[in-house]
Amino acid sequence: MTTAIAARGLVKTFGKTVALDGLDLEVATGEVNGFLGPNGSGKSTTIRVLLGMLREDAGSVTVLGGDPWREAAELHRRIAYVPGDVNLWPNLTGGEVIDLLSRLRGGIDPARRAALLERFELDPTKRARSYSKGNRQKVALVAALASDAELLLLDEPTSGLDPLMEATFQDCVRDLKAEGRTVLLSSHILAEAEALSDRVSIIRAGRIVQTGTLTDLRRLTHTTVLVQTERPADRLDELPGVLAATRVDGDRVSVEVDSEHLDGVMAYLAPLGIRALVSHPPTLEELFLSQYGDVVEEPVG
Amino acid sequence: MRAILGTPSLLRLVLRRDRLWLSLWVLGLVGVTYGTANAVAATYDTPEEIASYAANLGGSAATIAMSGPPVALDTIGGILVFETSVTLLVGVALMSIFTVVRHTRAEEEVGRTELLAATVVGRHAPLAAAVLVACAASSLVGLGTAGSMLAQDMPGRAAWSYAGAVTALGWVFAGVAAVAAQLSANARTARGVALAALGVAFVVRAVGDVRDSALSWFSPIGWSQQVRVSDDNRWWPLLASLALIVALLWAAARLVIRRDVGSGILPARPGPASAAAGLRSPFGLAWRLQRGSIVGWAAGIGLLGVVFGSLTREIERMAADNPTLAEYFQATGGEATDAFFATALLMMAIGASGFAVSSGLRAHGEESAGRLEQVLAGAVPRTELMLHWLLVTLMGSVVLVAAGGLGMAVADAVVRGDASEVPRLVAVSLGYLPGVLVLASLGALLTGWLPRGAAFAWLGVAVAFVVGWLGPVLDLPDVINALSPFDHLPTMPVESVAAAPLGALTALAAVITALGVVGFRRRDLT
Repeated sequence: MTTAIAARGLVKTFGKTVALDGLDLEVATGEVNGFLGPNGSGKSTTIRVLLGMLREDAGSVTVLGGDPWREAAELHRRIAYVPGDVNLWPNLTGGEVIDLLSRLRGGIDPARRAALLERFELDPTKRARSYSKGNRQKVALVAALASDAELLLLDEPTSGLDPLMEATFQDCVRDLKAEGRTVLLSSHILAEAEALSDRVSIIRAGRIVQTGTLTDLRRLTHTTVLVQTERPADRLDELPGVLAATRVDGDRVSVEVDSEHLDGVMAYLAPLGIRALVSHPPTLEELFLSQYGDVVEEPVG
Repeated sequence: MRAILGTPSLLRLVLRRDRLWLSLWVLGLVGVTYGTANAVAATYDTPEEIASYAANLGGSAATIAMSGPPVALDTIGGILVFETSVTLLVGVALMSIFTVVRHTRAEEEVGRTELLAATVVGRHAPLAAAVLVACAASSLVGLGTAGSMLAQDMPGRAAWSYAGAVTALGWVFAGVAAVAAQLSANARTARGVALAALGVAFVVRAVGDVRDSALSWFSPIGWSQQVRVSDDNRWWPLLASLALIVALLWAAARLVIRRDVGSGILPARPGPASAAAGLRSPFGLAWRLQRGSIVGWAAGIGLLGVVFGSLTREIERMAADNPTLAEYFQATGGEATDAFFATALLMMAIGASGFAVSSGLRAHGEESAGRLEQVLAGAVPRTELMLHWLLVTLMGSVVLVAAGGLGMAVADAVVRGDASEVPRLVAVSLGYLPGVLVLASLGALLTGWLPRGAAFAWLGVAVAFVVGWLGPVLDLPDVINALSPFDHLPTMPVESVAAAPLGALTALAAVITALGVVGFRRRDLT
């Protein structure tokens, strides 16, 4: 296994703000790495260092075997990038922007471009001025996906897409993976990373706090199950792995259970006659809560 | 009332955002008036001195084309108005245009107006706030003008009528910009339309004033100058300004309610689905983004050249009628027309510098808008990117300077029925190019080393204008004059083109540019 991205002890400060505080990141060639973190945790800063837009204050970084600051242009032939906030030239059409960005990288496959325009339902004759946020995002995505880049750096690429387009995007990423390309997919939504990633790296306040496969992480966390049963389920507390069971109202109970003990809970509930069941995996916030015992800017109410 | 609900809050927002920018405009314009008033009062302190002014400079067509009708040049106030009116009138109009477009269409284009429009804000409130601020700033410039004149013991009537003339023009162009901002969804176009209107107003009155015809009455700048400060001090021409302001604001208000937030009156057309073959490099992109403004600027400066060139007959006649003037020109070492051409070429070169600086700063503008990082995410080294952008700036500057020279030379050839001078005049106009390039290179330097302060590159153009136009009157020390690159060039075509200063300035521009590129390579992208 070779390494596409290797960063050690990256530090980047802007004035008094510490954006990266000793970040280590490793992405293997051919994997989809979910780069997870809340807003302002340093995801975009990391990506911009990987692109050679910013120079690290300390630490070392290698991208596709090269130094992203000194060999930026050469490396960019092999890298495609979708910025988190896509700004386009207002008087150029979407098609023109796609062609320009692809040519700057070294060329475009016309058939692939046409196929992607169709998949993303994007009208390339419209001026960028009149595109919505989602459509601007699509322009950048088509330009990146139509390239034959070895490494794709995608910074919250689905933030403006509707669920249908998000599904299309996920299909595209699976195609990339099948072709053996490497993807660093930044996101603040755990479910998205879960759907696509081989491994995830979780960043918080400029540091990687957790890295591994999602199953690894899930093992460290618990799932919340909201269940409604015909006969009262009042012995949940006694089951192994149950952290808390609270009666919501009448016959509805909320259970927090270690993910690996989910099986036992289900076995107990089934004979009681399940009427309704909602289970949700830990959100990024809950993951942090369980790991670090504090809440990350969770809105009240 | 509902339509302008929320205007006070928006006013505060505009003032908060523009406190530095507007202060600089107002202080700059008032400062020029104050300094000139001081200098004029000190220089022309005897009746003989005043008479010499009227005899020498006042009558020349070049100065009339720039400054307006020679009114009351036998008074200090008249001299002051003649010396400052280009700066003040054009300056206050530019201030209004930039301020209004900046707070209406430009805000709408980036989508911030939508954020405000969703709150308790009337449909007309953003426009009302922008126009009010522009008008208030114009009024402040007017007050400062009156104050500067009163401080030199000039008559109150003259001071207040000049103040009124300046203020009225600022208001008129706030109205012009308000209408222009409704037409296209693009702030750049809105600014272009308003600036073109200012250009036409200037040219119409320049021709009218030199020919001494009624044409001047077809320009709002003409109305402000027909107040005849220090002579009649008549206010009634400003009634025309007032009527135009009301009409423009009414039109703008009507247009606002006819369109959606974010769109223009002119429909958006679909464009090509794929890019032309040329759009494949930073140069291709820069050219694509700049070509429109190069064509627009070239047309404007070329037209100005035509106006200047068409005046040569009048200049010869004036020189023939006025022995003092003829002597004056002989003393400066050339024919009357050559001296006139030199002034005209300098002014057009300073105009071209306006394009060159804005173009030199465009790469940084792209960076601020978050678009440059997508270009640099391609296989594009930073040096290449900067050099491609600057190459477009260089090409545009050559085109603009040559367009001015060509327009002037062709018009002159038509008037005289003799085209033999055309090649010489065009070649001479290119002699001013190195000065333009030095000013443009400041944009590259600041982009590399002080991106936040990149707009300070405009100071170079301001200095070149003040030194070139007001320098002789202000009697500035040589150290200050030397700050303008054009001060180091020969007065072409009166003096012949000299290789040494041209080469030195070109080299200076190259060195400054190279330093800027080095800085840009070293720093983080913002």
